Amino acid sequence: MNRSYEVMFIVRPDMPDEDLNKLISTLESSVTSAGGTAKSEVWGKRRLAYKVAKFNEGIFVLLVIEAPGGAIVHEVERRLRVTEQVIKFITVRTDEELKRLEKVKKIRESRKKTSAAAPVTPATPEAGAEPAPTAV
Amino acid sequence: MADEVKAPSAPAASGGTDARGEGRTDRGDRGGRGPRPGGGPGGPREGGRKYFRRKKVCKFCVEKIEAVNYKDVRLLAQFVAESGKITPRRLTGVCTPHQRRLSKAIKQARNIALLPFAGRAQ
Repeated sequence: MNRSYEVMFIVRPDMPDEDLNKLISTLESSVTSAGGTAKSEVWGKRRLAYKVAKFNEGIFVLLVIEAPGGAIVHEVERRLRVTEQVIKFITVRTDEELKRLEKVKKIRESRKKTSAAAPVTPATPEAGAEPAPTAV
Repeated sequence: MADEVKAPSAPAASGGTDARGEGRTDRGDRGGRGPRPGGGPGGPREGGRKYFRRKKVCKFCVEKIEAVNYKDVRLLAQFVAESGKITPRRLTGVCTPHQRRLSKAIKQARNIALLPFAGRAQ
């Protein structure tokens, strides 16, 4: 059971690039060494909507993690908490959402196929189990 | 609520006296802007304030946007008022499941300083 997470964290704007890359590679290696995959995306400097740690700007970094179990992400969060340059972070679990999107996509595909064959709305058993709005 | 009782002593609220005279139980606005939802057709200022609601459609259902991410600030900012508050769905016409997801995404975005909690986003 692979869970997918997204960790977005903000780093103080006056942090040098090499330190930032070092931090990211440390986090990524901690994930991969524990048996998960990590992908990072640096969004760059952005204005913050409110003052965080007396800063008005920050460097946003997104880390996409796929790991079996939650211990790895706990470890990443712990590291972020300890690092002084990181001023904010949020972890979002994304596997349930992706599952739901897949389901919806599949239903849409099956609908398209049956509607191409005959103009009848298919009352498929999948549609019955799905709670999302089908009456689009 | 006490202001409504003092109707004769508020000459500036002439626009609203008609609305108040109809005996609505809601707290009416003083400026005669229009009835609160629950009243009959009146000031058509913002969509969704009358019975008929102008057939407002859910933007997400129409454009088939399934995933509402906390990261796309531009999309989320459309559903946030100037004060930073989340606009109710009777004004935006969003359907319930999408409003729930949207609200969750907005709260996540607020936590990560992409959207403000209060005040305009600079």
